Amino acid sequence: MSLTEGPILTAADLAGNGVYGDDPDGNGKFGVFGGRFVPEALIPALDEVAAEYEKAKNDEEFLREFDHLLRTYAGRPTTITEVPRFATHAGGARIILKREDLTHTGAHKINNVLGQALLTRRLGKTRVIAETGAGQHGVATATAAALLGLECVIYMGAVDCERQALNVARMKLLGATVVPVTNGSQTLKDAINEAFRDWVTNVDRTHYLFGTVAGPHPFPEIVRDFARIIGVEARRQVIELTGALPDAVCAAVGGGSNAIGIFHAFIGDEGVQLHGYEAGGHGLETGEHALTLTAGSVGVLHGARTYVLQDEEGQTIESHSISAGLDYPGVGPEHAWLKDSGRAVYHGITDAEAMEAFALLARTEGIIPAIESSHALAGALKLGRELGPEATILVNLSGRGDKDMGTAMKYFNL
Amino acid sequence: MTTLQTVFSKARAENRAALVGYLPAGFPTKDGAVAAATAMVEAGCDVIEIGLPYSDPLMDGPTIQDAVHRSLANGTRIADVMRTVEGVAKTGAATLVMTYWNPIDRYGAARFARDLANAGGVGTITPDLTPEESGTWLQESKDAGIDTVFLVAPSSTEDRIGKVAKICTGFVYAASLMGVTGARDSVGSAAEGLVARTRQHTSLPVCVGLGVGTGAQAAEVAAYADGVIVGSAFIRRLLDAPDEASGLASVRELAAELAAGVRR
Repeated sequence: MSLTEGPILTAADLAGNGVYGDDPDGNGKFGVFGGRFVPEALIPALDEVAAEYEKAKNDEEFLREFDHLLRTYAGRPTTITEVPRFATHAGGARIILKREDLTHTGAHKINNVLGQALLTRRLGKTRVIAETGAGQHGVATATAAALLGLECVIYMGAVDCERQALNVARMKLLGATVVPVTNGSQTLKDAINEAFRDWVTNVDRTHYLFGTVAGPHPFPEIVRDFARIIGVEARRQVIELTGALPDAVCAAVGGGSNAIGIFHAFIGDEGVQLHGYEAGGHGLETGEHALTLTAGSVGVLHGARTYVLQDEEGQTIESHSISAGLDYPGVGPEHAWLKDSGRAVYHGITDAEAMEAFALLARTEGIIPAIESSHALAGALKLGRELGPEATILVNLSGRGDKDMGTAMKYFNL
Repeated sequence: MTTLQTVFSKARAENRAALVGYLPAGFPTKDGAVAAATAMVEAGCDVIEIGLPYSDPLMDGPTIQDAVHRSLANGTRIADVMRTVEGVAKTGAATLVMTYWNPIDRYGAARFARDLANAGGVGTITPDLTPEESGTWLQESKDAGIDTVFLVAPSSTEDRIGKVAKICTGFVYAASLMGVTGARDSVGSAAEGLVARTRQHTSLPVCVGLGVGTGAQAAEVAAYADGVIVGSAFIRRLLDAPDEASGLASVRELAAELAAGVRR
């Protein structure tokens, strides 16, 4: 089927592969990970969201509407681009980018946001709240709220507000209220705490439009399903281009939504390696990083059991990354499950490695990637040298780098 | 060691509600927390909840966040929490620990329950541990002989209240309103109905917390609940005090006002 004809999204696309622990169990668990560790006050709201999503995903009308928005508003399907000049730096392996940077608002976040905004309307709620790190999820949420006429409040760490000032301005222009969060580390994790506090207070008219595959059940499942289209499209496109499945799929991992989005359609393809790249910050040995899966331990953060950066008494350790979107000391429970089952492997990429890949893609291919996505690009450079020139590597270019120009100007003295 | 059962039978015999006060360990200082809790007991608190300071207190409002932040900055560890419990239990008040789940999970559930019992603690309140995830903790608490208190909320369905009440021992914590911790001008109107609904599922005492901060509010809640829980209002007194001595005096004064309230 050509990608430009017929529906780009079907119930089967949302429903998953039907392979191994695909969907969480009745308690929202992927193996031992996930679940719900939240105040009892929020349980009815989580149950309500889960029940409405179950109905929606089997409702032709909902699927048609979501499909329509993805096609006519978000700009799906997004293309894939082979990057041979960049690939010469990766031992000559074929590198193919999935261009989520070309979506409306500039990152993969729009997919999940449109799905959940439609769900908000079905829930009869008039207000959405969201957390944001890099500001991409905040911008996407503000966009969908403007489109559907919903009131919108975005919680963003004060540190992130500063390093992503452009996105703060975008959200305000789109009609959202941006609340800078000044407690704790003033980054994504504290923005999530503050959003939960708002939700428990205003839950009767508010949907928490959660931005990543973390948090309490059913968010990891819902966000994954709405992001799944990335991999569903990319799988067809790579086969169309090369006649075969890729040897490996690479994605950056913060909370993990873009990575799950591209991984998920490939989980059943045993020959396809799945590689996630976390933010190594200044390096593991410095303690200033966001290597949750690589160097963290199992605990509970933001409502789910998963890998967490924590000390021996369960206090969260603050993460560090040059990229606000990866600067998070937790990770989605399905990634924890994929790691422990061995189906996916996770690595660290330092700030310096990511910035090198950022500049390299710009110079060799004329594409300025988000710094988040640059972690996956840096990973692909290493992986290509390992796998050799015969290999085909699919990389999720999850977002564009416009928002990162302030950081780049400082980093490269531009 | 005074048990929760003793506290509630005594209060019932006196035809009043019990007064439950909350303070995080390590706030305003490690010793200061014991001194403040002691003043609260001397002025009329029957039960003390010692908060275990946690880096991500997502159901707490700004006052408790502030206190917890200061406590963590003071270097408070779980050993300090246990020492605080030990100090407070000596006053004769039934002493509980209120904590998010992750610190117990990481410390080891069996070890935590045992250490708490050894320190003279009588139980825990775990606001983010749901019945679905509580199995291990219920078993370890039972083995250590400590009570397990969980929360119900105005949004709770009958089914959820039933599930939560079933795993509570000691008492059931009814959140008076939908929101985070913190003193408010009025106690949620949903509280009385929630207490009544909870009583359909359990014969345990039902205590009301969130938003209570004055003697008048304590009296209002005491009319329908078995216990009145006050946290942020005590912390506010300590935060606003210019020095430790006046902080203690202020906390003592508030405890006396609340104690009179639950006896009205």
